[in-house]
Amino acid sequence: MHVPDGFLDLSTSVATAGVSAAAVATALRRSRTELDVVGPAVPGLVSAFVFAVQMVNFPVGAGTSGHLMGGALAAALVGPATAVVCLTVVLVVQALLFADGGLTALGTNVLLIAVVTVLVGHVVTRGALRVLPRRPGSVAVAAALGGLVSVPAAALVFVGLYAVGGAVPVDPGTLATAMLGWHVLIGVGEALITGAVVSAVVASRPDLVRSLRGTRRDLVVVDAEGRRTTVPATVDEPAAPARAGLRRPLAVALVACAVVAGGVSLLASGHPDGLEHVAGVVGFGDAARDSAVAASPLADYAVAGLGSPVAVTVAGLVGVAVTALLAGGAARAVGRRRVGA
Amino acid sequence: MRVTGAPRAPGRPARRARVAGAASAGRSSGTPPLAPGAPVLLPVSRAPRRDGLHVLVASPVHRLPAHAKVVALTALAAGVVAVPTGAWAALAACGLLVLFVVAASRLPVGLVARRMVVETPVVVFCLLLPLVATGPRVDVLGLDLARDGLVGGATLLVKATLGVLAAVVLAGTTSARDLLAGLDRLRVPRPMVAVLTFAVRYAAVLAEEARRLQVARAVRGGGDGRLRQLAAVAAGAGTLFVRGYERGERVQRSMVVRGWTGTTPALASAPATARQWALALVVPAAAVAVAVVARAAA
Repeated sequence: MHVPDGFLDLSTSVATAGVSAAAVATALRRSRTELDVVGPAVPGLVSAFVFAVQMVNFPVGAGTSGHLMGGALAAALVGPATAVVCLTVVLVVQALLFADGGLTALGTNVLLIAVVTVLVGHVVTRGALRVLPRRPGSVAVAAALGGLVSVPAAALVFVGLYAVGGAVPVDPGTLATAMLGWHVLIGVGEALITGAVVSAVVASRPDLVRSLRGTRRDLVVVDAEGRRTTVPATVDEPAAPARAGLRRPLAVALVACAVVAGGVSLLASGHPDGLEHVAGVVGFGDAARDSAVAASPLADYAVAGLGSPVAVTVAGLVGVAVTALLAGGAARAVGRRRVGA
Repeated sequence: MRVTGAPRAPGRPARRARVAGAASAGRSSGTPPLAPGAPVLLPVSRAPRRDGLHVLVASPVHRLPAHAKVVALTALAAGVVAVPTGAWAALAACGLLVLFVVAASRLPVGLVARRMVVETPVVVFCLLLPLVATGPRVDVLGLDLARDGLVGGATLLVKATLGVLAAVVLAGTTSARDLLAGLDRLRVPRPMVAVLTFAVRYAAVLAEEARRLQVARAVRGGGDGRLRQLAAVAAGAGTLFVRGYERGERVQRSMVVRGWTGTTPALASAPATARQWALALVVPAAAVAVAVVARAAA
């Protein structure tokens, strides 16, 4: 789902490029200590891996195929910060060398594929890991869930961006329904491959799986007198820095969305363009057409969106935010991860 | 254990090959003599030689510094994107400008056409737009189409095509090494450029490794049925990750052995002269001017 040149207007492209630059800069700073220790070779090879894996197409049905985006996968394997860097690298290579995804749409593509999928995938994976039993096998399931959610989330963000800066008036509700239906299918494929890849890596080199840290059980030693000594399974970085590491990119992403939505809706109100056209022209006729999907909650978004296009943008963004918050809330409800209990 | 050496600069063989390519193209532009002992391969076909995606012909676009080219072609694409929907004259003018750049790059037409296959999904989307867009309808050959979708879809198709053309020119006229050096010159953070360097260097290696895994799977009769195939592909991808990661570790270790201190040296590149900048920016400036005029008229 690489966005080409011309899909979004220039102001939206510039806004997303700015947001992406900020997000990638944050990710670079966050992974700098890691980059200094590990060196550039390993993330480079991980990028090459994502690049190679993205070329593997799997059938979605109806004669079409999707390919892995790899955001959740990379986040589970190498951690979110490095994953953002790696996926950005992949997108830059694809745009500059393979003409896949437009030069002016690079910022949009980085935002959608590198930032949103990685962050959503990471948050969902973390949340699922707190709920699932604490053993290595859970990581594959959690990463698969991350992959499942991350693809439709990116699709929703795209719908939001399109509602703000799309070149052709398409009813946002219809677009959201179509994109979601499509990308839920792709998400299922993504989930299967992500889970299988992670479990394959867990089986052979569990030390390489970043999300696995903290899922290994502590070693409990009982000596002859019955004294119990617990040796924590993970000695490196406790939960605190990791949690702090989540907050900033999330904030960046949210600010990003706000900037894009706010900035461009101002432009939209300046001169009547596609959006207002949609609002004006789409009367009751399309409501009847939408009734086929009216049973689903998405239809509510669509109908609510008919009156005010901004509401649809917000709905798309809220979809992502709600996903993130739900995962976070579930995690909090279950309680903190037991570190060295 | 197989130890992979530190990556050699991909620029050196490319440069030599470019010299050979220029010589074989019959242009006597004072070709420097080949290094003694360098293998001279006489091209059998008349097709220009290639180094990866970089097509080794001599052209004004090839000679421009990479960073100027990145800026210029992005500006050109931006100019195209800025043209309002349905401004056909302006789009045609921009199209002529892009085609002029393609012609100036002396890339073979067939090769450019083949590389534009990436655009296929976009074409499909643009063809669907008249069906799904909202607004007043028109009747074309018995199909009920949205007028805005028709106009918008056609505009999108033109813009996306021109954007892809610009990117194809960039990849076809610039070696990967020069491109990375150009990004460094454009102040892309050094760690990012370092990771990019390794990604570019090893993408082909890992793709080849993936192909070997696929062949191995096929040879063993693995995976009939959609789900089985998916499982086999996924297991292969898992293996690919482990192999890639371990290769990265080996490369890193061999770099440390060879004295890597933690900072990656910058790729050497020459700055662009004012004349080169001017040359690079003429066409984009024209495109932007066209877009501005078209916006004012709209």
